[in-house]
Amino acid sequence: MSLNYIVAMLLITLGLYCLLLKRNLIKMVIGLGVITDGIHLFLISMGYREGGIAAIVPGGMLQDNVAAGFASAAVDPIPQALVLTSIVINICIVALALSLTIWVYRHYGTLDPSEIRRLRE
Amino acid sequence: MMAGMTTIVRTISRLLFPFMFLFGVYVLIHGHLTPGGGFQGGVIIAAAFVMLWLAYGLEQSPIGFELFRTEILEAIGGLTLATVGLVGFAMGVGKFFGHVLPLGTLGNLLSGGDLPLLNIGVGIEVATSLVLVFYAMLRKVAWDEK
Amino acid sequence: MRRVVPFIVVLVVGTILLFTVVNSLPPFGSFPQRRLGAFENQSIGQIILENAPRQTGSANVVTSVVWDYRGYDTMGEATVLFTAVCGVLMLFLATRRQE
Repeated sequence: MSLNYIVAMLLITLGLYCLLLKRNLIKMVIGLGVITDGIHLFLISMGYREGGIAAIVPGGMLQDNVAAGFASAAVDPIPQALVLTSIVINICIVALALSLTIWVYRHYGTLDPSEIRRLRE
Repeated sequence: MMAGMTTIVRTISRLLFPFMFLFGVYVLIHGHLTPGGGFQGGVIIAAAFVMLWLAYGLEQSPIGFELFRTEILEAIGGLTLATVGLVGFAMGVGKFFGHVLPLGTLGNLLSGGDLPLLNIGVGIEVATSLVLVFYAMLRKVAWDEK
Repeated sequence: MRRVVPFIVVLVVGTILLFTVVNSLPPFGSFPQRRLGAFENQSIGQIILENAPRQTGSANVVTSVVWDYRGYDTMGEATVLFTAVCGVLMLFLATRRQE
């Protein structure tokens, strides 16, 4: 019953609503971005430790007792690395989708996906 | 988009540009000590260039932008990544991305083996990639308005 | 309201997601304990946290995961970024109507 997971699932549902039920290509691309943001929030929330510190060795800790006190108080670093990669790939997807949308608008004159399907005949 | 903005915005953008560039280079180089690294620093550097284009318009901006030079820089950034990985393989360490430079003490700027080189390479690649994407879209809009 | 079917699909998917998250996940904030049988208390994140500052020499464990333990994935991501920028440039800057 934690707030992080519920908000992540609400973001995915809202993004899915934008992707399926809007009649404008740019609003569909915005829906794609919202789904990706919900997934990132869910992944990072899965690696949380109760009362933990960030996964960076604080200044002033010598190298001997790093492993003792630090490894039992830090949060999980692996989902954060996965989300870094996923954010960059999200940039590539949105850039290519918006470029294709501009191309479609220049060729057909409209941004409605049902009109585009009809003009092909 | 071709007209640019008022005089106040132009002056403040021109004053802010070196500080944004310096902050981006700081986040990039301290990637193994503070939160940040190659990708984050590259995006901040690209945002500094885009801010000048938005304030001045594409033709009258005070940065000299050449397309060929920027594409070559992006390719150099990508090749640095692969070359550092293969050098670790060939110099006797025995695995891909094996460290060639010494590890150093924890918390120094010159620690971490190959990590600062890799961060710089990917930072150059990301910054030039985003600047190229914005240039292509802005030039397309300016060409359509004629 | 001719598009009733996508609306019902969105509502069903949302309800399934919310019920799964409330009932079937490990409790929030329980990082090294996972209910996976024999792999409790030995999550790979815990092993990386113990060994990373000594083996890689960098104080930032997330950066050492991105470049040292998962360096191949980061190189693949840089390739994907390069390919996407090549695609965008081909769409916009290749229509010189001079010939």
